[in-house]
Amino acid sequence: MPASTTPPPPASSGTPGGSPVLELRALTRTHGSGIAEVHALRGIDLSVYPGELVAVMGPSGSGKSTLLTLAGGLDTATSGQVVIEGQDISALGPKGMAALRRRSVGYVFQDYNLIPALTAAENIALPRELDGVSVRKARKEALAALAEMKLAEIADRFPDEMSGGQQQRVAIARALVGDRRLVLADEPTGALDSETGEAVLALLRTRCDQGAAGVMVTHEPRYAAWADRVVFLRDGSIVDQTVTTGADSLLAAGTTGADA
Amino acid sequence: MSIRHGLLALLERGPRYGSQLRTEFESRTGATWPLNVGQVYTTLSRLERDGLIVQDGSDDSGHDLYAITDDGRTELRTWFGTPVDRTSPPRDELAIKLAMAVGAPGVDIREVIQSQRRHTLKAMQDYTRLKAQALADVPADRDEVAWLLVVEQLIFQAEAEPRWLDHCESRLVRLAEAAATEPSAEPGPAPARGPARSIADRARAKR
Repeated sequence: MPASTTPPPPASSGTPGGSPVLELRALTRTHGSGIAEVHALRGIDLSVYPGELVAVMGPSGSGKSTLLTLAGGLDTATSGQVVIEGQDISALGPKGMAALRRRSVGYVFQDYNLIPALTAAENIALPRELDGVSVRKARKEALAALAEMKLAEIADRFPDEMSGGQQQRVAIARALVGDRRLVLADEPTGALDSETGEAVLALLRTRCDQGAAGVMVTHEPRYAAWADRVVFLRDGSIVDQTVTTGADSLLAAGTTGADA
Repeated sequence: MSIRHGLLALLERGPRYGSQLRTEFESRTGATWPLNVGQVYTTLSRLERDGLIVQDGSDDSGHDLYAITDDGRTELRTWFGTPVDRTSPPRDELAIKLAMAVGAPGVDIREVIQSQRRHTLKAMQDYTRLKAQALADVPADRDEVAWLLVVEQLIFQAEAEPRWLDHCESRLVRLAEAAATEPSAEPGPAPARGPARSIADRARAKR
């Protein structure tokens, strides 16, 4: 892959390394044309590395959700490229796209989007079965994913028998089951109370610490603060970003500033 | 005042000497507000002057010990039972900076807002790392629980700022749009209005 347009990995404490899982290159999305032309995204460059959780913030209409739908191949860019695990997704046909979405990308939505007629375990196993994994193996993987999230006891419950927080954690398990290494989350904490929202973030954080790459759109500063990097969008462009430093350096420096 | 009452609270658990109080205060609050030994002894002498503590012999190593008195216990109960006063807010540099940035020549207020937002989000990221570390194992002793409460206070307090900044930014955008569609709303020199009233005065006037 050409290295020229790829910025170096951020020097954060999360030490993401290797090649980026997701690369957006000069990504532009325009709706309409002529006088009615609206620029939803204007030349976004963003690389997300294994082990990295990136939060995207910005006022409504700044392009946050457009960025996420383009990154996941749910919408097509006007120009620029989306590269997932080294593969330019525009080069894939519809079939290839569907396979990529199934194998490499997991989505987490604000309203969970679990299939109501399937149990927790079946919801998680479904994308694997669609991918040709045997029913038995897919179920085994699903149960393992649930156990890892300490949700083993709800494996056979249907979505309407779970709390919102449980549904969202099942959705995250589904997003990351199998070999998928990219999770795209759109306001994943939207409908959850503060403590449950935090549990969801802690889980997303853990999955990224284990090597997944995550991009999360949120308008909640407290949840964005779980990310390694916060990217600020305004009018379709990245205007600013922040990385975290190690917690140890914060302690060493003391935090007497504002309150002393 | 928080150091005074913090020391009283520690002394309620039994007699202690100065540097021990300092260490315990800091481990409770995760060294968020470090004390120097001078502050501790100044505070102890004032507490003693006010009859809230007394000197109570010394330990085997010769450290002078202090003990809480009944008056001290009463004072401590009153402190726990009284809300912290928030009605006379301390001067806030950011609020003053934004107030001064409105219409200031050569100042892009959106940039002032964004650079603060980045700074505060960054601080929140760092606090959240500390918190995630604290939560990695279930906090066992009371110092760990106390530290978790303190670091979460830092996060919640910091969070108010980007929320307010988001609000400021969209407020400014809307006001600018309104001004653009209504030329008469162009802000001219403000008419003389006499001395500004405090927020408390305004609140009283509204009743």
